[in-house]
Amino acid sequence: MQRVRHNRLNLALAHAALIAYTIIALFPVVIILINSFKTRKAIFRHPLQPPTPDTFSLIGYETVLKQGDYLHYFQNSLIVTVGSLFFILLFGAMAAFALSEYRFRGNTLMGLYLAIGIMIPIRLGTVAILQFMVATGLVNTLAALILVYTASGLPLAIFILSEFMRQVSADLKDAGRIDGLSEYRIFFRLVVPLVRPAMATVAVFNMIPIWNDLWFPLILAPGEATKTLTLGSQVFIGQFVTNWNAVLSGLSLAILPVMILYVIFSRQLIRGITSGAVK
Amino acid sequence: MGSLTLKDVCKSFGQVEVLHNISLEVEEGEFIIFVGPSGCGKSTLLRIIAGLEDATSGDVMIAGKRVNALPPSRRGIAMVFQTYALYPHLTVKKNMSLGLKQAGESRAVIEERVDKAAQMLELAPYLDRRPAELSGGQRQRVAIGRAVVREPELFLFDEPLSNLDAALRVNTRIEIAELHRRLGTTIVYVTHDQVEAMTLADRIVVLQDGHVEQVGSPMELYNDPDNIFVAGFIGSPAMNFLDAALLGEPDSVATIGLRPEAITLGDDGPIRGTISHLEHLGADTNIYVHVGDKLVTVRAFGQADFAVGAEVGLNFAPEAVYRFDKGGRRIR
Repeated sequence: MQRVRHNRLNLALAHAALIAYTIIALFPVVIILINSFKTRKAIFRHPLQPPTPDTFSLIGYETVLKQGDYLHYFQNSLIVTVGSLFFILLFGAMAAFALSEYRFRGNTLMGLYLAIGIMIPIRLGTVAILQFMVATGLVNTLAALILVYTASGLPLAIFILSEFMRQVSADLKDAGRIDGLSEYRIFFRLVVPLVRPAMATVAVFNMIPIWNDLWFPLILAPGEATKTLTLGSQVFIGQFVTNWNAVLSGLSLAILPVMILYVIFSRQLIRGITSGAVK
Repeated sequence: MGSLTLKDVCKSFGQVEVLHNISLEVEEGEFIIFVGPSGCGKSTLLRIIAGLEDATSGDVMIAGKRVNALPPSRRGIAMVFQTYALYPHLTVKKNMSLGLKQAGESRAVIEERVDKAAQMLELAPYLDRRPAELSGGQRQRVAIGRAVVREPELFLFDEPLSNLDAALRVNTRIEIAELHRRLGTTIVYVTHDQVEAMTLADRIVVLQDGHVEQVGSPMELYNDPDNIFVAGFIGSPAMNFLDAALLGEPDSVATIGLRPEAITLGDDGPIRGTISHLEHLGADTNIYVHVGDKLVTVRAFGQADFAVGAEVGLNFAPEAVYRFDKGGRRIR
């Protein structure tokens, strides 16, 4: 009995802590959401109040969808995020496989070299990157952003994935070799499905900073055709006048796609298919 | 020409030499077992035969062909792994047929071979299941089935029974023996369990520290070990080793060996000791006797009873004594 009560208390405390954290984390998001549906006056007078029939207004969303090419910004952000994630996962997993699977001279050194990027922020190299992009004519292209994000995401991806790939049974890979699978097939058909949860983790870690980034879009791709959503939303923030309805509506809309991507990846996180692979 | 020939196979990882000049000739249809303590190089040797590791020097020949440069899938071998290593996302049927599909066999041939193997291993009801939905014994049979459908020149087994519980292990051991009788294919089998080796093998290769200590049939190794390592490794309970001075042997003999089943206890005997512990197993009794600072195991048939602490004499036939020199080599 004592034990059960003790566990209940622990459970209640844990839940209290988690609920408190959830409220703190969600508070700004909820404020943005409810205020995006209110008139300008109501936003300033009662910022914490949910929209009432009197104060309800879609003016923010109208402005956002009319002014600027919002849908186009959306598309740019999506291309950059999905493209970067794809290359981070592909090259990260391949490099991790090589590091964890093959014995070759300089293996450890190579692993360390690839991990150094975790400690050095890529923004330190902004000037050099910009010079490089100008020289290669990649300024104002989405490819420039995808390349930069892929480079900055790879170190952590390789670090996490190689750790997971070491845990994949060596016998399984050898069984594939005896069955005549090529190393590529072993990688794509046997190893990748088994480290899918780890790949989803890497994807989630990388996705949100890329989606929200303002720095590199502003520097490398500020042109109208390549503006991302975060950069596009800045037009409503002026030095003297800020269109708060439009800013809040724009931010609310920007949450949606990341949420969808997150749901997709988090299902992978939960689904474990490794059970029963090897005893 | 044997079905597997090893010629001076050496293997080193960096500076560490793990296999030293292994030479071996395996006849067609033979069941050969590599046995030795962990770290003796037996699994590495098996992986070299399979092509999963490269030999540093020496030749591996399968069915008369030198296969050093061939990838595993083209060596005419099939391997069963300790951890089964089934593809988790494929059904039993696909697990078994993947190798054939890769080799470009026709669909009819694949169907036929998978069906035959499934019949033989009683896997027919499970063909559409995934490995996660099978018990340990069934997974082991799928792993064997995956090897059988390839119809190889040579089966390689890497400690296939060590993940099974004791009862299942005996059953599977019998199944493997039957499989060998039915298929008549050469089998190379690695284990650290000398009981498995004794019960299954036509010939046993005893390995230690990357050296072949002795090759022979189970009874040859049991009755006529070449050295102290083989004598101590083969047989259960293990052979007792005592200081040769106890029996007044000549100086050239350093150690004498006595099998537990060769000793009888009586009131008198050339060696005396005190009973330290008894293990009653029903069919026989293991009696542990302190002789000086050594613990000697005596195996008495039937149900024997002795008082712990009693003083007894150890009797044995003179021809039951094995003699070893300082280097551990047998003196015959």
